[in-house]
Amino acid sequence: MRKVYHRIIQISGNVITVESADIPYASLAEVTSSRGTSLAQVIRLEGPRVSLQVFAGSRGISTDSQVRFLGRPMQVSSSDALLGRIFTGSGAPRDRGPRIEDDLIEVGGPSVNPTRRIIPRRMIRTGVPMIDLFNSLVESQKLPIFSVAGEPYNPLLARIAMQAEVDMILFGGMGLKYDDYLFFRNTLEEHGALSRSVLFVHTAADPVVECLLVPDLTLAVAEHFAVNGKRVLVLLTDMTNFCDALKEISITMEQIPSNRGYPGDLYSQLAARYEKAVDFETAGSITILSVTTMPGDDITHPVPDNTGYITEGQFYLRNGRIEPFGSLSRLKQLVNGSTRDDHRALMDTMIRLYADYRESLEKQAMGFRMSAWDDKLLKYGALFEERMMDLDVNIPLENALDLGWKTLAECFEPRETGIKTDLLQEFWPHAESPVDKE
Amino acid sequence: MATTTQSRDPSAARKTGSVSGVNGNMVTVAFDTAVTQNEVAYICVGEARLKSEVIRVRGNAADLQVFENTRDIRVGDRVEFTGDLLSVELGPGLLGRVFDGLQNPLPRLAEQAGAFLQRGLYLYPLDQDTEWDFTPRVKTGAILKAGDMVGTVPEGIFEHRIMVPFGWSEEWRVTWIAEAGPHKLSDAIAGLTNGVEERTVTLVQRWPVKVPITAYLEKRLPSEPLVTQQRIIDTFFPVAKGGTFCTPGPFGAGKTVLQHALARYSEVDVVVVAACGERAGEVVEILREYPHLEDPRTGRSLMDRTVIICNTSSMPVAAREASIYTSVTIAEYYRQMGLNCLLLADSTSRWAQAVREMSGRLEEIPGEEAFPAYLESLIAGFYERAGLTVLNDGTRGSVTIGGAVSPAGGNFEEPVTQATLKVVGCFLGLSRERANARRFPSIHPLESWSKYPSIANARDLARAGAVLRRGNEVDQMMKVVGEEGTQLEDFTTYLKSEFLDAVYLQQNTFDENDGATSAERQRYCFHKVIEVLEGAFDFKDKSEARAFFQQLRQHFIDWNYTAWGSLEFEEAEHRIDAELKRGAGAPVAAVA
Ligand SMILES: Nc1ncnc2c1ncn2[C@@H]1O[C@H](COP(=O)(O)OP(=O)(O)OP(=O)(O)O)[C@@H](O)[C@H]1O
Ligand SMILES: [Mg+2]
Repeated sequence: MRKVYHRIIQISGNVITVESADIPYASLAEVTSSRGTSLAQVIRLEGPRVSLQVFAGSRGISTDSQVRFLGRPMQVSSSDALLGRIFTGSGAPRDRGPRIEDDLIEVGGPSVNPTRRIIPRRMIRTGVPMIDLFNSLVESQKLPIFSVAGEPYNPLLARIAMQAEVDMILFGGMGLKYDDYLFFRNTLEEHGALSRSVLFVHTAADPVVECLLVPDLTLAVAEHFAVNGKRVLVLLTDMTNFCDALKEISITMEQIPSNRGYPGDLYSQLAARYEKAVDFETAGSITILSVTTMPGDDITHPVPDNTGYITEGQFYLRNGRIEPFGSLSRLKQLVNGSTRDDHRALMDTMIRLYADYRESLEKQAMGFRMSAWDDKLLKYGALFEERMMDLDVNIPLENALDLGWKTLAECFEPRETGIKTDLLQEFWPHAESPVDKE
Repeated sequence: MATTTQSRDPSAARKTGSVSGVNGNMVTVAFDTAVTQNEVAYICVGEARLKSEVIRVRGNAADLQVFENTRDIRVGDRVEFTGDLLSVELGPGLLGRVFDGLQNPLPRLAEQAGAFLQRGLYLYPLDQDTEWDFTPRVKTGAILKAGDMVGTVPEGIFEHRIMVPFGWSEEWRVTWIAEAGPHKLSDAIAGLTNGVEERTVTLVQRWPVKVPITAYLEKRLPSEPLVTQQRIIDTFFPVAKGGTFCTPGPFGAGKTVLQHALARYSEVDVVVVAACGERAGEVVEILREYPHLEDPRTGRSLMDRTVIICNTSSMPVAAREASIYTSVTIAEYYRQMGLNCLLLADSTSRWAQAVREMSGRLEEIPGEEAFPAYLESLIAGFYERAGLTVLNDGTRGSVTIGGAVSPAGGNFEEPVTQATLKVVGCFLGLSRERANARRFPSIHPLESWSKYPSIANARDLARAGAVLRRGNEVDQMMKVVGEEGTQLEDFTTYLKSEFLDAVYLQQNTFDENDGATSAERQRYCFHKVIEVLEGAFDFKDKSEARAFFQQLRQHFIDWNYTAWGSLEFEEAEHRIDAELKRGAGAPVAAVA
């Protein structure tokens, strides 16, 4: 029997303090107040004083509320029975199913020994040309979608997840609007993907601090299945809410903030989660796709900034499109050399020409005279945006490549593209010989 | 099964204490004997003993930074103090190894614990069973000082010096020395006396990582270029053997790719790669590729000259702080053998952040962005460990330090970048604009600087610098008045600066030939570039000028992609020369 305490000596923010002995650091307790029972975690030991972070928040907790120490760290079930189920940020069922408490594993476990990692080598196809063709997603990559609030980042995330060929989807929602939660659940259901998914959902209506657990729960389960050979896709949205919860706790604990109120260990906290992305030599993999909303569209804001330093590139969502500039998949070169011979050359050329188009557009806006070349670029830019950047376009990589050639051919002479002759000969969409008679 | 699991600190602990508080990775310990600042202690949690370091003592309480996750520690848990400062083992067999920040051999950890790191598992860093072929280099009766060579063992292509331990003060007389033959690390190979006590020397010695090794005669001013084979560095912003440089840049600017290129192509003897708080995946690239890459200077695997200290971002933060010191100590050790060593740290900002986290837990008065007030002196102290040294026997060795810096928001006005700029000899600023424009390496040619001598001559450099600056001015102007409003002469200068950028400053790291340009080739090609910059061309109009430089650029880039001295190299050069002749006659005398 665990000892129960009835004397809370301090309540500050979402942190409460009791006096007790022999409590393991980072272990859990249950705090019961008039409002119900919440999990809490030990975040500081000082002699007899034990400070706990209460996940459901401290509202309604009184000095004589009951604190029961569980003597163990946060755990989550790793049972196959999780599949198809939806849980809250503290691991309780959110659907009508039963609690699952078998095969418990600890969350926030140690990192993978770097020498046991391998260089990733498999592409994840998404059907989105801006990803597949221009910034290929690679299995075991960690990649956020950077975007301002109001952009269709959740539909994009859901779409990639539905399209990706993976064994399992692990969903972690943080501060989700209830509608967004329903949207994800319904999308998974409609595509018959719910039965291979597990959802941990913290909604905007739930206590703020509870979202802190979501990435750890999600990734612990993902890791368990990856070690057992599954190729797991983890979706985390919105990591900015996670960071804001970290900020709240650190301010309560009177930590000195480093940057705009965020704690100095924000980088390490984010890295501990994102670095769970891995490809095992003889087992499965974890790929992490997340959403990071950028307050004020400011990429230098501490959350996107620290994230960018950790992840392997980012998709920059703006005006409903994935921006070719600012978006980057740092692992793309590991896979796009072995898709089709023209992939890399076409990727480089189309982006370069699109950059030239943007310049012409700027010149046009400033009232400078448009040359014949500018006119070609303007035509090309419009087609590019319509055929490649529109998020409604959903085609396999090969079709996207063919469409790329078609677009080039509609706008330019072969030699104006600067593509190597042998590729032109093979791919330029003309009945007769593509290379100009010189 | 490998079973040599000997703990690094076989401690019959002299002193003990007990845990009185836990806050993140800081543990407060009550003790009642003497405790030394920075000594190593172990916190006993169940079966595990967690390594930690004393970082503050107040009254009868010591604050420890724990090199592990502190989960499950309880008030009252036993703590064993070792009396030893945090140290590394220095001996033959370090080269080619991969260690964590505390010098645990990562591959052997994986053999023991599997895919995941295991808390409290520490292994001896070197192979204790290997026999090294020892050759004595002194005779009985010789008088030696700390750092003097006693003998050597071959390690790869080097004569690995076995030296009088660096901490032994005053003079020592050799009372006996082992004969030539195979010896294991811990074998005594010589006896030395200072008249008071007799000590033995083995193939290995320990050294506390936070103390610089100074068993040499003197430091000299770094003056000899360290050839990195990166054109923009060697020609424009050179690094010197024994010097220091930093590469700050926002995320994605190319810091890591540049460091990898430096690790691979720099003309030095030993490279220590410190993967400090960055992505594990990036280290994997080195781990998997280097064993298969040949070091053209030696014909052996690149791994044979490389030591990797890998404490990536999700590994314990306090060990990340230590990893920087572990790395520089290993570099200093090889410098003592008369070798040129290069330490590449990616990223020093993560180290500074580890320091900041601890400082916050200690509730020290914070400075800017919550970094502690002593940040500057810590950074200075680290870079001060670089240097060109004259050893006791007159030979020279060097440690060159290059640190990546990851400034918050990509803004160089932040404390770590600023403190670093105060102490380094060369600043290679990576720019987001250049990276976005795919102009790699994205070192900014107008903002970077170096205090070290270039491989090119000063006059040519001044010439090229002037073209870059003027070209930039014209570019800015054109943004306002458009191409139409720009003079042909100015426009030509602009095209020249773009040409210099495209064919010389930019370099394709991933190309076998373009990726590395020898000093000789750089001088040769730079000369040709200068010829173009000084050329007085007589163009009809701007489009002719543009077409000319486009063509010339293509030829030059083709030239860069050829192997030095090959037939293709000569052919490409002929095409350039022919193009230059065509471009309104051969270059006329320099434009004043
Ligand atoms: N020299 C180069 N040639 C070609 N591409 C490069 C070069 N340098 C960088 N890149 C591109 O930029 C990407 C990011 O580079 P890198 O990982 O070195 O950035 P970084 O500055 O280390 O970023 P972070 O601070 O996030 O670690 C690479 O994945 C690559 O696509
Ligand atoms: Mg990097």
